[in-house]
Formats: sequence, C-alpha cells, structure tokens
Amino acid sequence: MNGRKGFGGGGRGKSSGTQQQGKDAQRRPMFRRRKVCKFCSDKIDDINYKDVKLLMPFVPERAKVLPRRISGTCALHQRKLRTAIMRARQLALIPYTTE
Amino acid sequence: MSRKYELVYVVSPDATDDQVAELHTQVESIVQRMNGQLEKTDNWGRRKLAYEIGRHKEGTYVLEIINGDGELMKEIDRRLKVTDLIIRHLVVRVDEEQAVVERTKNRRTDTSRRRRVARGLPPERQPGEGQRGEPDDDRDDRFDMGGEEMR
Repeated sequence: MNGRKGFGGGGRGKSSGTQQQGKDAQRRPMFRRRKVCKFCSDKIDDINYKDVKLLMPFVPERAKVLPRRISGTCALHQRKLRTAIMRARQLALIPYTTE
Repeated sequence: MSRKYELVYVVSPDATDDQVAELHTQVESIVQRMNGQLEKTDNWGRRKLAYEIGRHKEGTYVLEIINGDGELMKEIDRRLKVTDLIIRHLVVRVDEEQAVVERTKNRRTDTSRRRRVARGLPPERQPGEGQRGEPDDDRDDRFDMGGEEMR
C-alpha cells in the first residue's frame, strides 16, 4: 500500500508513509464509514414509545421513519423502532407529518 | 390470568387538576372492581402535542401501569372512549416484551462474565477499564459525504 501512490489506500491502517498521507487522503475515492446499528452498539434492548428523545433522531424533519439503509439500524431493531414510533404517533408525542 | 398493561391517556388541556385526579380515581376504581392492581401511576404533566387533536394543542399525559386481565382493559378502554375529557389514549400489553428484554440482558451479562472468567479476570468490569483501542476512530469522518448522515 505504501508503494502505490494516489489511489489504492482503501484501508485506514496507520501506514508508515506519514508524509504522503495528506495527499493520499485527498485522492482516495470517497470513503464511507461502515454504519452500525445504534441499538446494538449501545446495547439498548428496550425501544420504548415513551422515550421520545431516543426516537427523535430516527424521525427526520418530514416526520417519516428514517430508512434502514441510511441509519444502519439492524432489521430487528428497525422493526421495534417502527412499532415504537407508531405508538408514539398515536399519542401525539411524534408527528405523523409536518405541514 | 394476570397480565401487565400500560395505559397512557391524554387529558384535554381545559381540565383542571381536580378533574385529572378524578379521572385517575375512576380508573383506579375500575381496576379494583375487576380484581386488578394498579402498579404505578405517573403524571407527565402538561406537554405540547406533536399535532393538533381537535382544537387542542396541549395535553396532560398520565401513565398507569396495571396488572389485570383482558376484560379489565376492555372495560377501561370502553370507559375512556366515552369520556370527553380524554382526547387520546393507548393501551399496550408489556409483560411479554419485558420478559424478552430481561432475558437478553441476562444472557448478555452471563456471556460477558463467562468470557471474563475464562480470561482469568474478575467477572465484573472494573472501574477505569473499558474500551480503549482506537478512540479517535469515530471522529475520522473527513471523507464522509454529507447529506446521508444521520441526524
């Protein structure tokens, strides 16, 4: 990895070519951090409809449920999240939509 | 068979504190009459509604945790539906879900303990010990494209 200039890189290991790193980074094709499920990593077992603070990040401004491909939530937790959001909506804790 | 339910109801903002208290005693009396127990009650106070219900923009939220059977909750549901002061209510059965949560939590601590013992460490995590590794890993988001970030 050190031998190649410009492209490649890919990995984010600490390579020995420290001087080149600045340049390397600029040319590297855009790198996306791997998304992980917030509930798995924080070990939140209970996604509760009463916990509006927990749910709000998953309900962006149009008040739709944030899709999994964007939030990175795992299938199990997305399912639980959805029920929680729907319940919270019934109680007017979270909007269905915004004007 | 006794089950555990959560009941949340939203009282109209026009209601006085006395009326809210009276609604609570009404619920309590139904619970007692039908051999249930009122485990906990929690008044969240007045808060803004996320959308208008009728002409209301605010409401007083009250949470009650009730042990009882389905018939009891049916009766409460029926009563709350016909009460004009209550603008919204929700009944959720929680016992099964709580059991699942408890089980996963126990399993997690068990496995972590077992692994720690296998590595020759004390079963509980000591203070000061924790995830070290790469603390700046998360901050390295220079190459992320904006827009798709979670808000």
